[in-house]
Amino acid sequence: MDRKTKFLLNVLLVVGLFFLLYLAKHYLNSYMVRIITLGGVYIVLAVSYNLVNGITGQFSLGPNAFMAVGAYTASLLTLSVAAKQQMFFIEPLIWPFNSIQIHFFPATLLGGVAGGITAYLVGVPSFRLRGDYLAIVTLGFGEIVRVIANNVIPLTNGALGLKDIPNYTNIYWAWGWAVFTFFFIRRLTDSSYGRAFKAIREDEIAAEAMGISPFKHKMLSFVISGFFAGVGGALLAHLITTISPVLFSFFITFNLLIIIVLGGLGSSTGAAIAAVLFAVISELLRAIESPMNLGFIHIPGIPGMRMVVFAVLLVVFMIFWPRGIMGRKELTWDLFFSRKRGGVS
Amino acid sequence: MSFGEFMQQLVNGISLGSLYALVAIGYTMVYGILRLINFAHGDIMMLGAYFAFFGYAVFVLPWWLSFIIAIVLTSLVGILIDKVAYKPVRKAPRISALMTAIGVSFFLENFGLVVFGGVPRGFHRPDMFGKLITVGGVRFVSYSIYIPLFTAIFLLLLLFLVYKTKIGMAMRAVSKDMETTRLMGIDVDFVISVTFAVGSALAAAGGIMWAIKFPQINPLMGIMPGLKAFIAAVFGGIGDITGAMLGGFILGVIEIMTVAFFPDFAGYRDAIAFSLLIIILLFKPTGLMGEKIEEKV
Repeated sequence: MDRKTKFLLNVLLVVGLFFLLYLAKHYLNSYMVRIITLGGVYIVLAVSYNLVNGITGQFSLGPNAFMAVGAYTASLLTLSVAAKQQMFFIEPLIWPFNSIQIHFFPATLLGGVAGGITAYLVGVPSFRLRGDYLAIVTLGFGEIVRVIANNVIPLTNGALGLKDIPNYTNIYWAWGWAVFTFFFIRRLTDSSYGRAFKAIREDEIAAEAMGISPFKHKMLSFVISGFFAGVGGALLAHLITTISPVLFSFFITFNLLIIIVLGGLGSSTGAAIAAVLFAVISELLRAIESPMNLGFIHIPGIPGMRMVVFAVLLVVFMIFWPRGIMGRKELTWDLFFSRKRGGVS
Repeated sequence: MSFGEFMQQLVNGISLGSLYALVAIGYTMVYGILRLINFAHGDIMMLGAYFAFFGYAVFVLPWWLSFIIAIVLTSLVGILIDKVAYKPVRKAPRISALMTAIGVSFFLENFGLVVFGGVPRGFHRPDMFGKLITVGGVRFVSYSIYIPLFTAIFLLLLLFLVYKTKIGMAMRAVSKDMETTRLMGIDVDFVISVTFAVGSALAAAGGIMWAIKFPQINPLMGIMPGLKAFIAAVFGGIGDITGAMLGGFILGVIEIMTVAFFPDFAGYRDAIAFSLLIIILLFKPTGLMGEKIEEKV
């Protein structure tokens, strides 16, 4: 199939998707629209996280740090000057955030840039390590960012966090970014850079012998992932409208980890599918936290049960189904239209 | 700062450090044998504290008996976790095993929240540990003497186990080369179980003493001490038992002293350990006592 047809099909797919979103926005209730919007945000976060963990094979546990940076940057930029003055009553907000307010889109972009810069700063020392040491150091940076968010009151308002962030993230913004993230990362994965990422994942030393600089490529993958994590954080902040350091604890990384394992480590399509599934399933699982009346027996609600189920799911996946939904395969048009099995690995 | 205050902080640091040391040993033993960061280790420590709490608060046992039962129960849980969750992924890539460990850790935390409830419980300190002692003008609560004392006893027992007994020799053999050890006719799975049991027992002891020092327990209490103990293990050179002990003590003293000398940085307390970890890994990734690992292609 030539590139032109594929491009047309992609355009059709996106148009169709947005038509469905339009229908959803107008015919579904606000609760369901919110879940779909959250699904879009999760796609941005999961697909970008998968770029580092699945495609480049570097086990990072730090996306919560970049999300926090993106969320705080964007929120401080979109909040009105008066609202910020009122909110920062312990210590006044520092310049320049105290005197500007910008539109949502540039704010998310800047949130992403801030996330990318943080990723760069974290990556330079971290990528001297690999494997589980890398995991623990990125986890450490995540904690450090959280501690900083708790303590640098003139910038973050400390443990109180930011509230009344304008609710700008609607279904179109979330899915618009989701589609952009998805296609950007798919294109990147199929480019020569992407092949270098995968070579590093398979065998770093062999890749280096082939003339690929592992450090440079790992950093590239990490910074791009940090950018989109920052954007995702900004979207999340403008969806739930209240952020505090607690929101960006390791917990959120854990959710993303479940998503990418469920989708198949190394598959962007898998990550996107699993992100939507996760948004839906975690809402459905609320049922087990509420009291149930089965006619003859009455089961009281067990708050917190959802996370127990998710934790068990992760362990069960790792043991019985480590390849997840997609393994390392991607859904491609070739896969749909030809009899040949297997897409781009 | 007067000399008295300094001594007080030092004692504080040593008692905190001995708790880190106890937990760090579990990390280092499991890592030494399986090359697995047992993320759930901090939560095993939490279980130890809860078992002890239930022992004497619910079943009204004498405190020493409930502590012993808690330690035994926790080591059984440690073995169970290995059998159920870690054994099936032993042949899988190391990252899969690490993710499984993260899953187990989350399971224990949230299971704790569901079963024990999220409300912190007051851990009643046995009278023996709550006395005020004055030595040359320096005032201590007696636990800050007892904790390092008990830790020292446990550590000596452990060193005896690892270096003077047959099973200890088997453990050291497995950590050198699992496959060859298996060929020598040693039941590797049994050795791994023993390792988990010993590590978990020490974590339980650490958890109980943690609850004596900070007498409020909640299901998430294991996370921070767990992470810091892991850092202590890396600091000492992961896989090395004496290194883990040393790393624990040093980390405890550094943490307390930083807060004591720079009270303004008290809010950054949790970041100190992580910054230390990052610095160590960058400049001496094998830790204080670790052996240099040659990489083979």
